[in-house]
Amino acid sequence: MTSEGAAFERRSTAPVMAPVRARKLAKVPFVELSEGRLQGVVSSGSDVERVYVSSITAAEHGLSCNTNNNRPCGGLGGGARPCNHLKALLEAAVAQYGVERVARYLKVEPPSGETDLWPALRPVAAPQRAAEVFSGFLRHLAYLEVPPTTEPLPDLQWFPAASAAVR
Amino acid sequence: MLSDALRARPAGLDEVLSLVDGLDDALVHGLARLDDERAAALEAVAGAFDGSPLAGRAADAIGKIVAGTVTDDHLAALAGCRVALLGAAHDALVAGFDAASGRAREPWAAPGGPAGAGHPVAGSRSWLRELAIAGWRGVDHELAAGGAPTVRALLAEPSGRRLAVLLDGFGAELRAAAPVATLPRVPVRRWADLWTRALVLSQDGLPAEPSAPAGGRLLILGADLHEHPTVFRCQVHGLLETGAGVRLVRTSVAAAKVDTISGPSAWRMLGAFPILLGALAEHRSVEVSQMTLTASGDLIWDESRAAPGEPADPFTTARVLLAGAVASATAPLDRHPAAIAEPVLLAGGEFEADTDRLPAAGPLTPELVAGASAVLGLLRFDGVRWVVQPLAVQATVRKKPVVAHSGDWALGPTDAKAAKAEAAAGGAVEVLRERAGRLLRK
Repeated sequence: MTSEGAAFERRSTAPVMAPVRARKLAKVPFVELSEGRLQGVVSSGSDVERVYVSSITAAEHGLSCNTNNNRPCGGLGGGARPCNHLKALLEAAVAQYGVERVARYLKVEPPSGETDLWPALRPVAAPQRAAEVFSGFLRHLAYLEVPPTTEPLPDLQWFPAASAAVR
Repeated sequence: MLSDALRARPAGLDEVLSLVDGLDDALVHGLARLDDERAAALEAVAGAFDGSPLAGRAADAIGKIVAGTVTDDHLAALAGCRVALLGAAHDALVAGFDAASGRAREPWAAPGGPAGAGHPVAGSRSWLRELAIAGWRGVDHELAAGGAPTVRALLAEPSGRRLAVLLDGFGAELRAAAPVATLPRVPVRRWADLWTRALVLSQDGLPAEPSAPAGGRLLILGADLHEHPTVFRCQVHGLLETGAGVRLVRTSVAAAKVDTISGPSAWRMLGAFPILLGALAEHRSVEVSQMTLTASGDLIWDESRAAPGEPADPFTTARVLLAGAVASATAPLDRHPAAIAEPVLLAGGEFEADTDRLPAAGPLTPELVAGASAVLGLLRFDGVRWVVQPLAVQATVRKKPVVAHSGDWALGPTDAKAAKAEAAAGGAVEVLRERAGRLLRK
């Protein structure tokens, strides 16, 4: 028997995803890199019932920001200059995924060590996707309502809990 | 020593794994693009079943796939071949372990009747078929996301939970990796494993697992923690003292979660199981009565049939009772080298420790493991060799004895620094629950 472990390609528990990093969720409860967009939800500073749904498209850096009731964000005003919600969204994405993964997703190459990606983006205005992104957020929240289970779930042997070492 | 006894590889293991590798490589480029070499590798898989009950189906299905016809039935047969090959590898490895360690094991009981899927599996089969045809290299954002509607439908029904949890973890990896064409390295064995298991679970009429009521004193050996973006699971390995003897058992509690809930605060999602979590954190036994014990050794946890017992040290439990405990056979369709997790008590350094499997949700660290004089852990086969996943260690740190168990933080971190970090990160659970309460029921 060799002393080396199995190669990445031949390991059943080869690590594929870096676990997301812990971050504060109060301001930006939800961020995802999905459907070709960096998108998420930003809590309103003034109204607990309201959230802003913000997104940046991966290829063209198209910006959009609307409330969950489909009203346009006054700060963005349909333009190409990011509002505070979009700034908070990108900051949260960098905190959650790390700057390299976000930069790769948005296809930009910031100077090494730079954590602010705005100077590297060439934003334009984009059509809004508030309804889709908001329903994605509701699906995300719905996981918290799924009851726990005592089924043996043997397939979870393939998913060891994230270790502190790789964080 | 156990490590010496396990040095020899079972006869035929390398040949079986090489057939599996051939099948797995065909899935990298997709069944729609089989070149001569990959077609030959698939035909070699069919050839391995000559003279077995699977011979006709294997040859027919693989012949059709090579000729370009990929149906659900053909894929089910292909997955069946892979399960049988890795099942044989599993059996040889477990037999070697049992002989080397002197572990007694109950043979598999008579098969149960068909359980009936009872949940929507056609959607799952069609996504898995598209993946097999495209191959991992052909997975783009759209194909990676294609399993999500099925996951939502499965999660809505308790009988669909196992497949939902598997598909959701697999889909999350594909989404994170898409477009896979530009990925430097593909986890070939892993994705073929997940694909195969999902396809098997997507068949109608799978056999129900036999089970019987059981009770007695449950002495905990340790907690194995599992996680992907939308699940956190604590699987406890322990010894059940019944009137008839001592059985090696597992019991599992799992909660749905989201990716931003991870590390020690994930325990907060398991608040519905205070007796089990309390027993882990306080090193106590549990008295259980009339719980269901399956033929493969899974005790189906039920808080209403459990009562906290006396303090019990897992190392003492292992020293006194583990050698004489009787293990269970693995359910036929679950046999796979990566499913082997045999509780063992070892001297420090006897096996290489798998330090990738030291969860952030517990106190075990590579330093503690390196300084261990005794390790209570799970012996696993990583594809090439045996390694130990520590569940608990007795170590000496700065000339002081230290004992740490992976379940020590079940009721919250016991270390001041980790407790402070958990208090900050644990707010995530409350923030999301508040948002859910306000936004979901509108």
